[in-house]
This record gives sequence, structure tokens and C-alpha cells, in this order.
Amino acid sequence: MSDFPWQSAFEIRDQVAGGSASAIEVTRAYLARAEALNPKLSCFLTIDHEGALAAAAQVDRARDAGEDLGPLAGVPIALKDNLCTRGVRTTCASQILGEYIPPYDAHVVEALRASGAVILGKTNLDEFAMGSSNENSSFANVHNPWALDRAPGGSSGGSACAAAAGLAPLALGSDTGGSVRQPAAFCGITAIKPTYGRVSRYGLVAFASSLDQIGPMARSVREASQLLQVIAGHDRRDATSADRQTGQYVAACDRGVKGLRVGVVRDLLDGLQDADVRAGVEAALSALEKEGATLVDVSLPHAKHAVSVYYLIATAEASSNLARFDGIRYGLRVPGEDLTETYTKTRAQGFGPEVRRRIMLGTYALSAGYYDAFYLKAQRVRTLIRRDYDTAFESCDVVCTPTTPTPAFALGEKTSNPLDMYLADIFTLPPSLAGLAAISTPCGLSASGLPIGLQLVAPPFEEEVLCSAGQVVEGGCGLVGSRPAALD
Amino acid sequence: MADAKITFEQVLHVAKLARLTLSDEEARQMQEQLDAILGYMEGLDELDVSDVPPTFHSIPMDAPMRPDVPERCSDRSEILEQAPESQSGGFAVPLVLEVE
Repeated sequence: MSDFPWQSAFEIRDQVAGGSASAIEVTRAYLARAEALNPKLSCFLTIDHEGALAAAAQVDRARDAGEDLGPLAGVPIALKDNLCTRGVRTTCASQILGEYIPPYDAHVVEALRASGAVILGKTNLDEFAMGSSNENSSFANVHNPWALDRAPGGSSGGSACAAAAGLAPLALGSDTGGSVRQPAAFCGITAIKPTYGRVSRYGLVAFASSLDQIGPMARSVREASQLLQVIAGHDRRDATSADRQTGQYVAACDRGVKGLRVGVVRDLLDGLQDADVRAGVEAALSALEKEGATLVDVSLPHAKHAVSVYYLIATAEASSNLARFDGIRYGLRVPGEDLTETYTKTRAQGFGPEVRRRIMLGTYALSAGYYDAFYLKAQRVRTLIRRDYDTAFESCDVVCTPTTPTPAFALGEKTSNPLDMYLADIFTLPPSLAGLAAISTPCGLSASGLPIGLQLVAPPFEEEVLCSAGQVVEGGCGLVGSRPAALD
Repeated sequence: MADAKITFEQVLHVAKLARLTLSDEEARQMQEQLDAILGYMEGLDELDVSDVPPTFHSIPMDAPMRPDVPERCSDRSEILEQAPESQSGGFAVPLVLEVE
């Protein structure tokens, strides 16, 4: 195995298919690395030693029998622990799910198994995917592999950390308001938030159903594109799954950006406080221009309201979705005098502070007398945010912003002020509210050596253009080949 | 939304609606945090959106009909294995009705 643990998914598959390495050998090596580094990083909640070796053995048997191998044959992958895996505990990093073992696989998990991927285990997250730093996990804080005292981002922080630290070449996360893009930016990797409806959520534990999407994460744009190719497509078990042709995402990586119109949200860029982030975005824009893209000024006048709109809509939907956790059918039960007390005790003990806060906010926004003033108003402003993009896409093909206002903040820095934490999501929320496709890919390092993420946003179902543009940014100012310093 | 800020009593009422029990200390902290968040959200008041339709679904989608065909679902015993308590092939819950 050459270049372990930094080989790409493509290299691993070639080695396994060509016989220069067995899937078992690859899997053993990654399992050993995960087991050695997890005490330091806490990115895995469960390492599925047995399941991973069984999947690898199956790939090796198929190869020996001369069968066709899937596009991810023998490639290790880490899954966010809100994706249901048959027979492997799925916790959502919450006490309320206890030792819940799903009796079924999520759609994306089925797709991965069919592609020959080897699932190493389940990754840490903010409880029920609610958070931007992974500090809302009820198990442990994940550490950023570039600086261990920094947050890995959230909520897919475990997945981002695992890919960035070379514990797996690929990972899956879920994104409701930035939960694959923001940790990807903090950890120096690439993540794609597909268009709402592009990837089936069957088997993803629901947080906010009008926003949730599952997204690929990897150290390169091309690998993330390959993973998107494997998971995208229609599935009738998710009523919001779009019945339309998927793209050629890997092929799109080689199309270049000649003639591409890149929308620059100038007032927003000029308003950035962090000089390193501004410099990273400028470097990415130069790289795109050098390869033949043209820059156009666009504006998103209502984007500044995205934090209010998102934290009303997402919490309202969450309060409804999380009503199912009542201690009756699965997970934790704290017995009370009667049924109602059983519910309230179970939920009070089973949910952590941030989840309780969001359920409260959402319940309030939906409650009698406040529905029109909060929830309905937020849905109306959401229309204005969507219209901003409609207007922008009349003059450009992708909209470019940073992924986050700053590089990774310190662990503990924002935990005492929930609003402060929410405000850091300002760039990733608008495309989520509009249901658009988005990518975050690295565009340099800060002066203190922390990754900076660039976000590109495309119209619905146009993920291909994100792969093309992301590849150019990666070639111009990306971090492929850079290794997280804190692991040395 | 000028009167949006939340009172201690409202916090307790909402907690009841949400089936959550909060200690007095937790409720006080919750009130403080929700108050700050709702205060920030008053920023939406600068927009007049009375004529703007709401967006409940970001991507237009219809709900197509499908044939209603019975299919195998998960095995009952596998599902009940995950229940905190089960009995006679069903979920066991605390007594809801007194039966004579």
C-alpha cells in the first residue's frame, strides 16, 4: 500500500482491483489507525471492526472470482452517526437513543454497500446534528486535526475530522444549515451539500425535514464527486427524493471553468472582518479567473436575515420531528407515575441542553398566538432569500462566498453564548433555505495555519458545475498534499 | 414582534407543550437564552412581508400517486428488541386507562 494513509479513494480501488493490495489489508490498516488516533481525536463513536472486515472479505472474494467490482470497492468510509446502519448502533450522539440498533440500512448505506465501500464505523456529531462545533455531542468533544484545541466544526465534525486526519479517505455527513460545509472548511477538506431532493434521506434521522440533505466529504473535490455519484438518485422511500437524472460528477471535474460566470457578493466580501478569510477567497477568485471564468458582482440583500429565518424554521421542524422520542418504542425510557410523566422525564434526561433549547424555541414559534409572527413570517422571508438567488443566477452560474466568517474557533469559545454560535453560520444558511446545491472546498491557510473554506452555490440540481469549479479552486489554492499539523 | 420577549411563565408553558421538565434553574437560564435569541430575531420586523407568499418547500415538488402494493416490512421481533419494554408482541406502556 503506497502513501498510506493519504491515498485517494481512486488509488485504493485501483490497488484492490489490480491485486497489489487486498481489501482486508487496507481495512486492517485503517482500522488500526482509527483505533490508535481516536483517543486523541474522538471522531468515531463506534468502530465496526467486525463489519468492516466482513465487507472487505466480500470485496476480496468478488475480486478473486473475477466479478465486476463497484466504484468504491475496498474503499474505507466513515459515516455520521445519524445514518441508520443495520445491526450497528446509531446514537445521534444522544443519550435518548441509548444503544439503539437499527433493523435497517439507510438508502445511502445500501448504495455504499452495493458500491463495495467498507464502512469503518460511525462518527461523532452534535446531538441530533444540532450545532456548529461538535461540542453538543453527549459523548465527547471532537478535536480539529490542524490544531487540537480548535473545534472541528459541526455538526458533521467527526466525519470531517476522520477524513482530514487520514482515518478514512471518504466520509458522509448530513447538512441542514451548513453541517457538512462548515466542518469541511474548518478541517481543510471538501464537502458537497447536494440540492434538496438529490439524495434520499431514507434512514437519516430527521432534524429539519425541509432542509436536511446527506452530503459527501473527502480530501479532494474529485473523491467527493465520486461519492456523490454513488449516493445520488431517486428513491421512492423518501417522498422528497427528486425523480430526475443524476449528473456525471467525476467527469465534470475535468471540464474547467472557461466562460463560467462567478457571482461575487461584493458587499459581503468587503464586510469580512477576517483578513485571512478575505485573502483566501480572493486567491480562489484569481484561480477561477485565470482558468477562464469571469467575475460578476451580485448581491443577496436578504441573506443577513438567514440566521433568524433558519433558527425559526429549523427549530420548528425539529420540535415536531423530535416528538417521536418519547421512551416508548426504542431508546431510553425513564419511568414516571403515568404516561405523561414517562414522556417528560425521558425527554428531560435524554436530550442535552442545545437540543432542549431548540425544541423549546421551535415549540414557541409554532405555538398559538406566535405562529404568524414567527414561523409564518420566517417562511415569507425565506421566499425573499430564494428570490435573491433567482435574481443572482440571471447574471451568474455560481455564487461565491467564504464558507465561514473565520477559520476554526477554539473549543469552548462560543459554548456559553448560543446566539454567538448561530451567527457563525451566516454564509451556509442562505443556500440551505433556498434548497440549492453548494460545495465547500479549501482555498488556503490562515496565518496561524488553519484551513479556510470557499463556498460555491449553484442552482437546483446543477452539482456538476460545483465539481468543475471546485476542482479549479483546488488546483489553484487548495490543500491537497498539505497534512494537518497537529498529527505530527 | 415588539412584545416577543419571553417570560418565565411562558417558558414553563412551552416546556409543558414540548413534554420537557425543566428545573427552576434550567427554566431561568432557558428564559435568558431564548430572550436573547428572540431579541435578535426582532430584526425581521424591518421587513414588510405581508404580500410575500411563504416558502414551505424550497424545491417545487408534487406528491405523485403510487400503486398501493403490500410489501414485507421489518421483522416484528427485531423491532420489539429495540423497545424499552414489550409484551405479547407489542410495546408495553404505563397504564393509560383503569379497567374494571
